[in-house]
Amino acid sequence: MSGKAAGSVLLAALLAVPFVVQSEFWLSFWLLVLMFAFLGQSWNVLGGYGGQFSFGHALFFGGGAFGTAILQVRHGINAYLAGAIAITLTAMVGALLGYLVFRYRLRGAYFALVTLAFAEVARVLIASFEYTGGGFGMLVPLARGAANFQFDDRRIFYLIAWTLVAGGCLIALWLENSRFGAQLIAVRENEDGAQALGVDPVRTKVLAIALSAAMAATVGVFYVQNFLFVDSQIAFGPGMSIEALLVAIIGGVGTAFGPLIGAVVLHALGELAKQITGNAPGLNLVLYGLLLIAALRFLPSGFVSAFGRRPKASPGAVDA
Amino acid sequence: MLEVRDLRKRFGGLSAVDGASLDVAEGEIVALIGPNGAGKTTLFASISGFVRPDAGAVRFLGADIAGVAPHLICARGLARTFQIVQPFEKLSVRENIAVGAHLHRPARREALAHAEAVACRVGLERRLDQPAASLTVAARKRLELAKALATDPKLLLLDEVMAGLNPTEVDEVVAVIRAIRADGVTVLLTEHVMQAVVSLAERVYVLANGRIIAQGTTTSVTSDAAVIEAYLGRGAAERLRSRREVRHAP
Repeated sequence: MSGKAAGSVLLAALLAVPFVVQSEFWLSFWLLVLMFAFLGQSWNVLGGYGGQFSFGHALFFGGGAFGTAILQVRHGINAYLAGAIAITLTAMVGALLGYLVFRYRLRGAYFALVTLAFAEVARVLIASFEYTGGGFGMLVPLARGAANFQFDDRRIFYLIAWTLVAGGCLIALWLENSRFGAQLIAVRENEDGAQALGVDPVRTKVLAIALSAAMAATVGVFYVQNFLFVDSQIAFGPGMSIEALLVAIIGGVGTAFGPLIGAVVLHALGELAKQITGNAPGLNLVLYGLLLIAALRFLPSGFVSAFGRRPKASPGAVDA
Repeated sequence: MLEVRDLRKRFGGLSAVDGASLDVAEGEIVALIGPNGAGKTTLFASISGFVRPDAGAVRFLGADIAGVAPHLICARGLARTFQIVQPFEKLSVRENIAVGAHLHRPARREALAHAEAVACRVGLERRLDQPAASLTVAARKRLELAKALATDPKLLLLDEVMAGLNPTEVDEVVAVIRAIRADGVTVLLTEHVMQAVVSLAERVYVLANGRIIAQGTTTSVTSDAAVIEAYLGRGAAERLRSRREVRHAP
């Protein structure tokens, strides 16, 4: 079975969760998995297909989350409109950041550090002003109803999240079968080589980071609608950035279903570690770490590689 | 088609290109030769936009392209290959060539079909689905050529596409380049393999220490005293001539 087939089966199986799972706990668990899968996919667009490893994807997640929260709470803007504005603005921030960074040819570790720095700056700034909720964070007033993008039934949130993840996989598949994707992958593989063939590397990477930022911001918006609360540590903290890159890397960098598989495996392992160790505080993290090390030792190119011989962007090529 | 006028490029204290001028007319195959370190690669890089020249003009199809970004120069119809090949290692041969094909073909299907056609022209048709990382040196050189060719260039700059090939492979690539020219692509190439230069080029420029020291047909430049000295050292031409005279003496 190829990675793509396994991913599709997993995706289809996840659609059944709200109709099968009755427990509120497990429904929330799988909802969170889907959110992180889409966040990982957003990282994967830039990091996996574009080869630009961001260490500060929290910047974009937080941009979406705080953008929509501020617009709703401080300016009374409708949740849908606020979400759309927040996503658009974050995409623009991503493009601007990308232009500055790529224009001056920052790559590799330097790119990672710059993104981390921007996320940290955003975290500190957001925590410093009353307008942005200060140290406490922002509470979106409870007002259930489809008009406010707030649903009593968590299953509706779940189905929306599932649709996002499916959309994310389609975006990745589009990248593997389009001119833009081919150019992005070419830039990842060899920037000079791509430029010699008429590819504008700066433009290509700026578009990729804008798309990636918009996707991450969408998760942020969704997060706020689901929990009705966000603070600077959750939204802009390094934890969110690590979550974004970890699910993509564990699942399989630069593969369409890698982030989904990574999110499922990672959170299943995390939950398993908790169940096994019971109440001993911190012990679950030790076990989780050991499981991660084992995973990286035996499947260094991601869990997707457990299914196919050749996990890579290969339209037209025969899948193993 | 291509006019280079008094091009200069310094790297610190070193003048890599020191006032070089050359012309390439449409339909020609022109060779640029010279000893190691003469500045051939820098001259190529300045023409194709990868290096910004300090002074001088590069005119391609009437427009000044000195200092223009490489991807824009490529879009105008001037494609280059690299002496150190630059494949997209993890992609298949077909996908590699398709990146070039996409320049004027937005549709994926069309680009892939064109990639296949180009692969046939350079003799890579049996390696289409192989990853570029697994190719031999000879095949990598062909891939480099194919990628550039897929952008539908009017002028092709080939930087030592035959270095490291055995004589049979050189003959094959020579035939490929002839066929490319027959299809209406003008070619400017640098080469150390004289077998290829002699059989391909109508005109030859000789570059030494960043300057063009001779130009003409292959036979005329190889007997030029300045060229012999550039390759073999000062006084070499004199010694060669005297030795020849001794041999011809009764």
